[in-house]
Amino acid sequence: MPEPANLIDREIHPVRDRVLLGAVWAAAMLVAGAFVWLLADLLWHGAGRLDWSFLSTAPRNSGRAGGIWPIVVSTVLIVAVAIVVAAPLGLATAVLLSEFTRRGGATERAIGLSLDVLAGVPSIVFGLFGNAFFSVWLGLGFSILSGGLTLACMVLPILIRTAETGLRMVPDDWRLGAAALGLSRTTALHQILIPVATPVLLAGLMLGIGRAMAETAALVFTSGYVDRMPSSLFDSGRAISVHIYDLTMNVAGGDRSAYASALVLIALLVLVNGAAIWLSDRTLQRKIATR
Amino acid sequence: MSRTARDTCLLLGLSVAAIVASGILLLIILFLSTEAWPVFSQVGLLKFAFDEAWYPTEGAFDLKPMLVASFAMSMLSIMLAAPLGIASAVFCRFYAPPVFRRAYQWIIILLAGIPSVVLGLWGLTVIVPLILMLAPPGASLLAGSLVLALMIVPTVALTTQAALASIPQFYWVGAAALGLSREGTLLGVALPAIRSSIFAGIMLAMARALGETMAVLMVSGNVVQLPTSLFDPVRTLTANIALEMAYATGDHRSALFVSGLALTVLVFILAWVARRSGGQVVHA
Amino acid sequence: MMSAVDDKPTPSREGASSAFTLGPLVAGPPCCTPQTHISIKSVTLSYGRIPAIRDVSLDIYKGCITALIGPSGCGKTSLLSCLNRLTDLIPGCHVEGRIAIDGQDITTPDLDVQRLRRRVGMIFQKPSPFPLSIWRNLEMPLREHGVTRRDELEFRIEKALADVGLWAEVKDRLGSAALTLSGGQQQRLCIARALTLEPSTLLMDEPCSALDPLSSAVVEDLIQSLKGQYTVVIVTHNLAQARRIANYAAFFWVKERAGTLVEFDQCRTLFDQPRHELTAAYVKGLQG
Repeated sequence: MPEPANLIDREIHPVRDRVLLGAVWAAAMLVAGAFVWLLADLLWHGAGRLDWSFLSTAPRNSGRAGGIWPIVVSTVLIVAVAIVVAAPLGLATAVLLSEFTRRGGATERAIGLSLDVLAGVPSIVFGLFGNAFFSVWLGLGFSILSGGLTLACMVLPILIRTAETGLRMVPDDWRLGAAALGLSRTTALHQILIPVATPVLLAGLMLGIGRAMAETAALVFTSGYVDRMPSSLFDSGRAISVHIYDLTMNVAGGDRSAYASALVLIALLVLVNGAAIWLSDRTLQRKIATR
Repeated sequence: MSRTARDTCLLLGLSVAAIVASGILLLIILFLSTEAWPVFSQVGLLKFAFDEAWYPTEGAFDLKPMLVASFAMSMLSIMLAAPLGIASAVFCRFYAPPVFRRAYQWIIILLAGIPSVVLGLWGLTVIVPLILMLAPPGASLLAGSLVLALMIVPTVALTTQAALASIPQFYWVGAAALGLSREGTLLGVALPAIRSSIFAGIMLAMARALGETMAVLMVSGNVVQLPTSLFDPVRTLTANIALEMAYATGDHRSALFVSGLALTVLVFILAWVARRSGGQVVHA
Repeated sequence: MMSAVDDKPTPSREGASSAFTLGPLVAGPPCCTPQTHISIKSVTLSYGRIPAIRDVSLDIYKGCITALIGPSGCGKTSLLSCLNRLTDLIPGCHVEGRIAIDGQDITTPDLDVQRLRRRVGMIFQKPSPFPLSIWRNLEMPLREHGVTRRDELEFRIEKALADVGLWAEVKDRLGSAALTLSGGQQQRLCIARALTLEPSTLLMDEPCSALDPLSSAVVEDLIQSLKGQYTVVIVTHNLAQARRIANYAAFFWVKERAGTLVEFDQCRTLFDQPRHELTAAYVKGLQG
């Protein structure tokens, strides 16, 4: 009588299974470990330097001392310019794609292709473009406006993609119902579709803001290096990410300030991305507006 | 305003916006080409491959060392990041105890969100000195690859995760019914089924690595030379642009735009390959 | 099977045209001399090049409930969509033939479609009130169509809600979200929403099929109560329902891969003495 077959595969390939198990755990621990190391390092070196005066005063001694207040202001202004320009453009394009073009039609594919390609352009190339177009050709020089407009081009694909997804998620029943009642498409959009999609639209906006804040290479040649408080949008201004770069590479002894600035940047990013996640979760709860 | 007139105005406004949005790409291509043209017409494309060295102020435009550095760094980083990323996704889904699962997921997401300057900062103050202990100067091809790998692991992990989630239930059930262990299912059924998605994810990660500037700028040493060992300091195409743009004029500036265009083309090819391979679950 | 509507007091019919009576509340002969309200002549509807319905000619009579019956896929909903030009929204959809409402051709391209949709209201299978409050659901279409005076808005909304039997249930919560109503209430709200615009015709695409039996009965009673005041065209899979409420019935079937009209007659006649053998088989549940 033949021996009863082994019923559990694990017994058949004990070595292979255990090796794989070990490898997966090792890899995961390596990644997690690197992350924890990074975070710990940031906190260790930067937390000591971080205090209220750091956030509220201007840098002194090339940033080795003092704070980052003007830099925070510049960052906010640059991101604000980027969003103010990109959001309406992005929403309008998304509305066109979702409501007025046929899925898979020529217009949708053309616009989609253009945006996908735009999304893939490396950030340094955006810096080159921004420099050539906004700074030189339009004559804006090194300015917050120049940097903000360059970032607007960068975040546009993200905004359009998320807005389009958000609008497509709105059930068709309402569109048909609105049409059957003789409502104009403008009314249907304004009163029903966009209000319903608003949490997702805002989430996309937050993602765009996060992307803009983390950007460095595109800003170095468009908004410049000046670390003073900007007096207008045409002034040059330094973003937090550029400040970190400068402190690390060009300023001896600027490490501690760089670390502290990095902590501030990460805190801002966590805030913004957290808001994005919270907002997009809200749509899943189907809260309905009562007006 | 009548309803139809209102709608027509709306459509007009939306179309203008869409034209502007799609036109940006064309604008970029236009301006890059215009800036790159002088060196093309006066110096010619071949010089970029066959000049002896990169002395742009003196008219020597050999891009080879930088191209090689960019490629080498991307390849090395993906060789590290791909298995780590796949393993991360697999770990998160199948091996992590429930307590860890959420935490690990968050680690991946947070890692994805860390700005490249911050990774560069950490790399410069932690990784480079470590490598220095092995061989000077520390800032090297290896340092760049390690930091880059950490940057792109989340890309691979997240795309692999999404692909795993898209495998239909009956694959898992069928494998279990055949008595396959967890590892057997993974190696024999799941990973082969999503191999095109994993490939696409790897291509995207490579594209990201090629396009990365700040982190590699901060840790790679920035010496223009063909790397002969992992510990040689190198300068990638992206770092080159970032470093020299500040003071480049005339042909030099043009040459940088040329390298920018070349970079963009490379990234597109990778992204195109990624899209083409589609990433669908393979059915038997 | 008699419905239970006899026991319920029907809302008062102020303003109903004196030419019609409500008629007996059982499926049967028309309540009056039939007057053509909608005339459909040789209508062929295609999606791209594939015809969904072919050469359908039909007269819908004023004030009566006409049921469109037949198996799935024979174009009943498509025909319904032609009547309020909702087919305009479907890319690639092409309608040939002539449809006239009260003598006016509605297939011409320069028709004011929005005015048409005010006169011809539509109720869908899945109740879909807008994600707004009950009040806003009813007020918004009215404002869109030019009614802005507050007293007129209140009057129309209250009347519509009363006509569908919802007023007592919701009058204290007009500001609450419409989506918190039950399925049957939502469907009645959708009917009220169409009624505020004072249509002459109501198109209903299987209005009860997504509802539970209790709500379904309530909505069905409501539809019956509309007889005489509105022309109702209702698509239904529920033969018993058609038998209960409709005055006329049109039976559709798929021939050569497109829907065609097989038989059209007074409802009772179609069910009890069908002329066509397909009809006979269908109403007896043997085919389809």
